[in-house]
Order: sequence, then C-alpha cells, then structure tokens
Amino acid sequence: MRIQRVLAGVLAVTLPCFSPAQQDTQKEIERYRQMLQESNPAELFEARGEELWKTRRGPKNASLERCDLGLGPGVVKGAYVRLPRHFADTDRVQDAESRLVTCMVALQGFTPEEARRHPFSGTGAPMITADPFSGVGQRSVMTDLVAWIASESRGMTIAPPMSHPKERFAYQAGERLFYYRAGPYDFGCVTCHGEEGKRIRLQNLPKMTNAKDAQRAFGTWPAYRVSEGELRSMQWRMWECIRQMRFPELEFASDASIALITYLAKKAEGGTFDAPAIKR
Amino acid sequence: MQPRMILALALCGIGVAGCATRPSDSEAERAVAEMIKASFKTRGQATIDRLSQDDAQALCSKHAGELPKGMSDGIEKVQQAALRYPSSGKLMGDWRQGERIAQSGVGKQFTDDPNRPAGGSCYNCHQLSKQELSFGTIGPSLYQFGKLRGSSEAIQKYAYGKIYNAEAFAACSNMPRFGHNGVLTEEQITHLVALLLDPESPVNK
Repeated sequence: MRIQRVLAGVLAVTLPCFSPAQQDTQKEIERYRQMLQESNPAELFEARGEELWKTRRGPKNASLERCDLGLGPGVVKGAYVRLPRHFADTDRVQDAESRLVTCMVALQGFTPEEARRHPFSGTGAPMITADPFSGVGQRSVMTDLVAWIASESRGMTIAPPMSHPKERFAYQAGERLFYYRAGPYDFGCVTCHGEEGKRIRLQNLPKMTNAKDAQRAFGTWPAYRVSEGELRSMQWRMWECIRQMRFPELEFASDASIALITYLAKKAEGGTFDAPAIKR
Repeated sequence: MQPRMILALALCGIGVAGCATRPSDSEAERAVAEMIKASFKTRGQATIDRLSQDDAQALCSKHAGELPKGMSDGIEKVQQAALRYPSSGKLMGDWRQGERIAQSGVGKQFTDDPNRPAGGSCYNCHQLSKQELSFGTIGPSLYQFGKLRGSSEAIQKYAYGKIYNAEAFAACSNMPRFGHNGVLTEEQITHLVALLLDPESPVNK
C-alpha cells in the first residue's frame, strides 16, 4: 500500500540515527498520523454500522435498537468506554462484540453460531464471511456495528467498571493470560508488551503495564488499517496477536479474549478514547 | 521437547516452586486454566496441546519479572542438560543462507504452510547487518557480533547453543528455543551461526 510505503520510507531514512533525528522522526510520524486521521475510511464502516443497528434483521425481524450495552436498552453513547462489564441477564463479563452476539440472539432470533459467524446474507445485505472479521472485499456485520458503537464513545474517558466480582476475576484472568508463556516459540503477550520503547522490525510496541502506552493502545482500537484496507476491532487485535504468538486459535468473543480485553481496558483506565483510529 | 504436563498442574508451577507460594490463588488458577481451555481451538498445525506448558514456561509465567535467583539457575541447568549439538561437529554453515533465514518470520502460525521450513525471525528483534534498517529492538544489536568475539570453537559453540536454547544461558529469555522446540533444524542453526561469526558475513562488515 502506498501510504504504508511512505511511512516505511520516513522511518527507514531516519530511524538508525538517534535523537534529535529520532525525535524528528517521531514528530513526522505524529504529523502523518494526524493527516491520516483527517480522512479516515473508518467513517464508512461507522455509517454502515449505525444503519445495521437500526435495520430489522433475523428470524424475529427486529433491529438492535433495544440492545443493552450496559447503560440501558438502546443507549450507545458512552457504552464502549464502560466495557467490558458484567451483565446480569447472562451473568457474564462481556465486551462490545460478545454483547452484540447476545443481542442478535435475544432480539433478532439468530442462533449463537449465526451471530458469532454471521453466515446470514440476503439481497442487499452485506456479504457475510464465515470468519468473524471482515476480509478484503468482504463485509462483516459485527465489524461495522462495533465501529459505530466505538465511535459513539470518541473523546470519552476509558472507565471499565470493576465493582462486580466477575469483573475483577476477568481482570485477574486477563493478567494471568498476559504473562502466560506457551507454544513452540515460548511466547506470551509479555514477550512483546512487557518493556518500554521496544519494536518489532519498525513497529513500535506498547508496554501494556504502562498506563500511557495502554491508554494509547486501547484508545485507538477499533482502527482502519491502511495495509489491509480494513477496519479491525479489538477482538481482531487479540486474535491476531495470539496467532502470531503461535498459539491455537483464540475463539471469537470467548471468555479468554474478554479477559484480556478487560485487563487492557483497566490498564488504560483514565485515558481518552479516540477510536476508530487509523493505523499503518 | 520436555514432557508436558496438564495445564492445571503447570499453572501451579509444580517441579521447583510447588503450589505453596500462593495457596489462595490455586482456585483462581484452576478457573483460569478452565477458561483458557474453553477459549482456544486447534487450527491447522497450531493444535490445542500447544497451550500445555513445560516446566520452564510454567515457571516463567508464574514468576514473570521476579524470578528468584535459585529458580533461574535451576531452569538454566535443566535447559543446559537438554542442549544438543550436531553429530557432525560442524557448527558453521553458510552465512548467505543464514541471512535468508534471519529475514524470514514465517513458521508455526496456523496460517503458515507446515511443509515450508520456518524462518528465524531474527530481524524482528535484533539488528544484524548494517544494510537492513528494518530491525526490531526486543533483543540486543548483534551487529559486529563475530568481529568483536572472533570465531573460535568456543564462540561457535556458544552461538549455536544460544540459538538452540536461549534459556540454557538466560532463564525466561524472550528468545524462542529454536532448536529445543523444533522450530529450526540443526543445519539452519549452523547457517545462523555463520551469519553471526563468518568474517565475510554482513554482520561483521
């Protein structure tokens, strides 16, 4: 992708030198991100998501407008920054995606498998993939919905609730998972996200136990990824890291995925949510 | 590969630590182990048994960032004992092939072709040659590794052993145990040794 190449070029020219050149590089990257942010294709996903929220779908021919994302039925404004949270009706800690699965089942009448995989399609409906994430040229209802829901928390403070014992347990489980090393490469999340100022190749890595890094990381997903031409959600970010860690596949909207997201949300507490963002 | 334990036992850090250190955690540990088991599934070559930890993985997870000295010596001793060198005795291969292996980050992901050899992902974390500007910084720079150390038998053996099993030298290292865990072949590791030590290698220019 052209933008990616430009960014790589900017990095390649200046990175081997250190400050003040490196500071200049960082400034250039910031300026570039700012430029990208001004015309973020994520807006297209957000618009589709808003429409999907209001569209009657499924065996019950109902919209999602009565879906409770934690702040009451139908309240979307500010919901994303207060997730994951415990829901009394399911007695589970849920993030945005897993909650959408619940609503698609309860309100629209889809089976849990249908809601998780979106294998439903029809005339005029977005093309649905077997994967919970959209691929090039394919659309995912889940991705579009999450883009819009996240956008309704833009500019707000990340504030996941921790009052319910199951929320605290999810945090603790997420923490253990963060340090859990396994597989043929001995990797854990901590391998790449345990130290400050590190990179893989030229990609900067946030240290997730550092509030500032965690706030920036958590606060910028979902994101439109220029290199893929796709909008990617936080569930996708977990799934993709786990794949690169050489672990088996992390199931979409699984308890472990939600535990990891709960851990990150808590680490990012107090930060400003600024997603859907745009990334390399 | 070390004998694998079932997940619940692994989380208790059985072997060196035992469960006595954090007894109140054992229930939470079991619950987390259950959660993990229920949340992952085999896909392609990435089978579910990859989540079972060996002793070193279990101890490094449990004591992340605060590994007691005795325990770190213990891990290194066990991993040292598991080191295997090529039966041919030849430790230095071809640095050109080593450079290709160092550049490649494929291997062992469920999206990778299991019939294709894995790469070493070296540049992901290390600076090596001066020409490659896209390098990571999780590991130290290895630029001029051989120029600074020479290429004696002892240095060759060290480099081979470190790539084969980094934890034999530094318990809980971030670096994968490429030989020990069967990611790279003996021959591939000898090519990486050459990349590090051969005076003609770009690493030493």
